[in-house]
Amino acid sequence: MSIPALRLKDIVKTFPGVRALDGVSFEVLPGEVHALLGENGAGKSTLMKVLGGIYQPNEGQIFIEEQPAKMASPLDAKSKGVVFIHQELSLADELTVAENIYLGELPRKSFGRVDWTTLYEKSDAILKRLNCGFTPQTRVGSLSIANKQMVEIARALTVEAKAVIFDEPTASLTDAEKVVLFDIINDLRARGVGVAYISHRMDEIFTISDRISVLRDGSYRGSLITADTNEDEVTQLMIGRSLDLTHAIVPNTLGEVALSVENLSCGSLFQDVSFQVRAGEVVGFYGLVGAGRTEIAETLFGLRTATAGQIKISGQTVKINSPTDAISHGISLVPEDRKEQGLVLGMNCRDNMTLPQVGALTSGPFVSSGQEVAIFDTYHEKLEIKTPSWKQQAGNLSGGNQQKIVIGKWLSMAPKVLIVDEPTRGIDVGSKSEIHNLIRDLASQGYAIIVISSEMPEVLRVSDRVIAMFHGKIMREFSAEEVTEDNLVQAISGIGPDKVA
Amino acid sequence: MNNETLKSFIGKGAIWGFIILELIFFSVAGEFFSLSDKAFMDWDNMLLLFKQSAPIGIIALGMTIIMINGNIDLSVGATFALCAVVMLDSMTWEVFAGLGDWVIPVAWALALITGMVLGLINGLIVWKTGVDAFIVTLGSMLGFRGLVFMYNGENPTSHLNWTLVDMAEASVLGIETPTIIFVVCTIIIWLLMTRTVHGRNAYAVGNNREAAVNAGIRVGPHMVWNFVLIGFLAALSSVVFYSSSGSVNPNDGTLYELWVITAVVLGGTKLTGGSGSVISTFGGVLAIQLLRKGLGHIGADTAMVNLVIGLILIAVLFLDQQLNRKGKEELKV
Repeated sequence: MSIPALRLKDIVKTFPGVRALDGVSFEVLPGEVHALLGENGAGKSTLMKVLGGIYQPNEGQIFIEEQPAKMASPLDAKSKGVVFIHQELSLADELTVAENIYLGELPRKSFGRVDWTTLYEKSDAILKRLNCGFTPQTRVGSLSIANKQMVEIARALTVEAKAVIFDEPTASLTDAEKVVLFDIINDLRARGVGVAYISHRMDEIFTISDRISVLRDGSYRGSLITADTNEDEVTQLMIGRSLDLTHAIVPNTLGEVALSVENLSCGSLFQDVSFQVRAGEVVGFYGLVGAGRTEIAETLFGLRTATAGQIKISGQTVKINSPTDAISHGISLVPEDRKEQGLVLGMNCRDNMTLPQVGALTSGPFVSSGQEVAIFDTYHEKLEIKTPSWKQQAGNLSGGNQQKIVIGKWLSMAPKVLIVDEPTRGIDVGSKSEIHNLIRDLASQGYAIIVISSEMPEVLRVSDRVIAMFHGKIMREFSAEEVTEDNLVQAISGIGPDKVA
Repeated sequence: MNNETLKSFIGKGAIWGFIILELIFFSVAGEFFSLSDKAFMDWDNMLLLFKQSAPIGIIALGMTIIMINGNIDLSVGATFALCAVVMLDSMTWEVFAGLGDWVIPVAWALALITGMVLGLINGLIVWKTGVDAFIVTLGSMLGFRGLVFMYNGENPTSHLNWTLVDMAEASVLGIETPTIIFVVCTIIIWLLMTRTVHGRNAYAVGNNREAAVNAGIRVGPHMVWNFVLIGFLAALSSVVFYSSSGSVNPNDGTLYELWVITAVVLGGTKLTGGSGSVISTFGGVLAIQLLRKGLGHIGADTAMVNLVIGLILIAVLFLDQQLNRKGKEELKV
């Protein structure tokens, strides 16, 4: 057996009040993709930051090719052949691709002048190796997120990397872009580089990895050979219990048509979209990023102005020009990006929950704290939000609980239509199923619900009907019985056999 | 966590601790260096301190809201001067000749309305164009100052009305009008920010504008109201000050915006918006005035005072950053 490219032994890392890593060992062999799995807060990212030289461990050792090593900083780690590809992109948008790739180590000529010829030549060689469709002279700000990720990877290839660490690399990639990324990872593997790969997404890990290690609560829970295991086994290791991810939908008794959209268009974003949602029904929208799903939600919620078409609420045609209009007509939106669009992170849970209706909770000129707390308590209990009190800042809650605050915020307004965009993005597996059950449960209480998701299992799990979108158009509508992974993939790629006009 | 509570207490109470420190320092230092034989913490001296804080302080209350919103208003100094011109000059207008001393409330009203209109202009431009408030108010600062000079050239605008002066210098139990107005405004704005929907929305907009929009808050009009409010407060400050002085130079109020912002920042309000407190701003205003008076008391000149205030401002913000960063293991950028 070859010696590990990178090995961590009994790593302990503590933060004030938290033991984030408790004696974790982890190794990556050359030519191996070793996946690291764990729920949010399990310590994956902390471990990777120790590896990448961003954090210093309190105890434990790091070996590079069995030589003890100390990573003083990310740059130090890189010079030792350990490269970290960040979850959040850290590129300078205003600089060119080449400048970004060699940032901090630009080739120089005399008097500190930049050697542009060498820079572009070297960058071009790397980009070619990655099959990138852009030149080194391109401004990074003009690239798509996927291409920016490519630049990050290109950066990693400027040194002879012994080990490359990917931290949730596919979070913002489309399916097609993922394929390219996986090709690159396979290429790295073929060259004998050790790859450490962190992700939430089970399907990816089974596609790409050779070995899976699982962390839970900051300690190591075991490793599995990917070829010999299955999702259930891994999930059980991750959350310490088995999880039923595939139970069938129990249809609710459907009520009146709550929302009816007729020939709605918004410029080039989406055209001629018509659908209905009945009370008690969950309609899933599935499609690639850029297919126009989120844009439909934003239009229904008044964040964009429709260029044509009608929106009817309970049979009445309504005009929606702003979120205020939408809210008054009973439409609510749980947005895609909870932290950026859904919550005021610096405010406490109660204030967040009552934000849209605080104007109605007054006695005299002042806000009535009593009425606010009453609303918080109701949904605190109903949605089983885990927070010690309403005084807790929303930013301190876990992803799942934050999402519940946003959902509670809208439920307290008694909406007719609830639109949930990416309900479980960035939420760990255990809380995911909780959110899914909550959505089904809300539908059974008579809410009309639209779920937009990029995760197929999620759409299949919660929806009574699935609408497949491609390039701003509805391609097909499936009932829960007829929808399968295959026909859904076909529909969203624009190759569906029977296109519904 | 206990540690956290302590930290937030230090964070919130810091300005008051600083004020106590100043009082002790100047009292002790005054014994050795002061030219006058009066103690620094003399009752009259303290009352004078409040009165002198009022012009900057009243504007700082409005700036706190603007900054919690994530905006800034650089035009307050020019607004201050323009409102004074309107107030003093309108008392000599022939249309009001028959009013006698009733011209006073009319002149006040005109000045206050002017302030609100100037604020409205700022607010509408910020809302409708989406240009950053810093740029918009930088422009209006120059523009409004231009109006002041257009009015009377380089000459001061003066009008002395003894009834007006008497009213401005009236006092209750030794506390003079400017002090009373400053304190009352502080209480009202504090209630506005902590107890009302408007205040709640101000924090939400500053903290996460997108989430505020998604919660149905009409962010544009909300901001316009705040600009109108700061315009009103700048005018009020002007009314309070010039009712007693009776003469305004076209350069009056220059750099006021920076003193105001200094006071607000010293009070702990963040330039990025989303957090801050009116009471702390009150403290920030007093701290600066104490520093000016105190340094004067021990014989330092104005140049020295500015140098010291500048250094302290930077030191305070550095300290604040260190306190808030510790333990979080943030990336070094």
